Amino acid sequence: MNIGVLALQGAVAEHMRSIELAGGTGIAVKKTEQLADIDGLIIPGGESTTIGKLMRKYEFIEAIRHFSSKGKPIYGSCAGLIVLAERISGGEEPHLGLMDITVARNAFGRQRESFETALRLKGLDEEIQAVFIRAPLIEAAGPEVEILASYDGQIVAARQGHLLVSSFHPELTEDISFHRFFLDMVIEAATSNIQ
Amino acid sequence: MQQGTDRVKRGMAEMQKGGVIMDVMNAEQAKIAEAAGATAVMALERVPSDIRAAGGVARMADPTIIEEVMKVVSIPVMAKARIGHYVEAKVLESLGVDYLDESEVLTPADEVYHIDKHEFTVPFVCGAKDLGEALRRIGEGAAMIRTKGEPGTGNIVEAVRHMRLINSQIRKVQNMSKDELYAEAKNLGVPYELLRDVHEHGKLPVVNFAAGGVATPADAALMMHLGADGVFVGSGIFKSDSPEKFARAIVEATTHFTDYKLIAEVSKNLGAPMKGIEISKLTAAERMSDRGW
Repeated sequence: MNIGVLALQGAVAEHMRSIELAGGTGIAVKKTEQLADIDGLIIPGGESTTIGKLMRKYEFIEAIRHFSSKGKPIYGSCAGLIVLAERISGGEEPHLGLMDITVARNAFGRQRESFETALRLKGLDEEIQAVFIRAPLIEAAGPEVEILASYDGQIVAARQGHLLVSSFHPELTEDISFHRFFLDMVIEAATSNIQ
Repeated sequence: MQQGTDRVKRGMAEMQKGGVIMDVMNAEQAKIAEAAGATAVMALERVPSDIRAAGGVARMADPTIIEEVMKVVSIPVMAKARIGHYVEAKVLESLGVDYLDESEVLTPADEVYHIDKHEFTVPFVCGAKDLGEALRRIGEGAAMIRTKGEPGTGNIVEAVRHMRLINSQIRKVQNMSKDELYAEAKNLGVPYELLRDVHEHGKLPVVNFAAGGVATPADAALMMHLGADGVFVGSGIFKSDSPEKFARAIVEATTHFTDYKLIAEVSKNLGAPMKGIEISKLTAAERMSDRGW
């Protein structure tokens, strides 16, 4: 499976490494034409204001919406989660607006409040180490959204059909189970498309 | 739940990759930088070229400026402390600054010892002009490295020299046998464990940005071409004729550093960049890159 990692800004190399270790082929996506060659897309962590701005500039908004409309899976971590959300708390304009969630940016505070913790996720057998960096969280989720993990009573990972999001950064650890989970979504979507 | 771990500190720098961190002197400039797509801002009282012009002792910025900047932007805010100035660093940490730069741009407070950065929750970036400096700073707890370059000159030559030197030293270390590594750790004056990490992975264990002399979109792209993970722009933006255009152009050139047509496009009609300084015209005392060890 070819998994694109949106390479406008952020932790691209880490996602590429994790997805390769999980058994996929990582492709750094810098131009919209490349979306035609991939089966799934990861929108990495970085600064959501920067990534959103560059996505608009290079016409990724429509291109990724089109990609999504074909049922091809997209995973957004941290900034990627913000970019996928339909609503951003505080009135900021949403970017892709694909997922029925409301996110709060920098919800845990500034960098000194950033942390890592062991976390249990629905659908994974083992706890994973979750790294939260100036992380957003999901304040509210629509009925189609399945909550995969919560921390301190707040939603930090969720899925809506072919869309997957996490507040934290599985790509910063050696554990590839979350990427394998996404890869399985991609394989499933590709198989059902063929049928 | 753990805060201030290496993973959390280094991870924060990973999120900055491919981005541009801009020096700003007030809230208004910070907003311009954020709107142009900066991934972080460095809040300062004076940019390096003004520090050069003013002379005297350069210190941590007035906390009012830093707090003003923190109030108006949602992106991370960085600030500089003098080399070895533990208390300036603690003060900045207490303000809630997201990243500290123990910086040679300011007048060093200690000529022998750098700050022990492990005991801070806030992560540090430090300047380096070779692999030895980079690994010594990482040994002290730095979670991000940047080239020193020659700040406030608008002249890229020193940043190029430092980036090339670090990369060629990394390649050399990669090819060493294990017994050679012990001797090289002694030669470079660095912890053996960090050198072994470089040997195994062929890169620094933390993100490495370019800094010190970036003045144009092409300068930023050149540093990315040489292997920088991202770019700091100091005086280059707010000392140019049209800061907004320069800021946007440098962000785009950094993202698409191999797309030369695009760099040509964003470089059109930018107006004059900051006025540069030829490095050989600087006296030894004026060279900021020789501060620290």
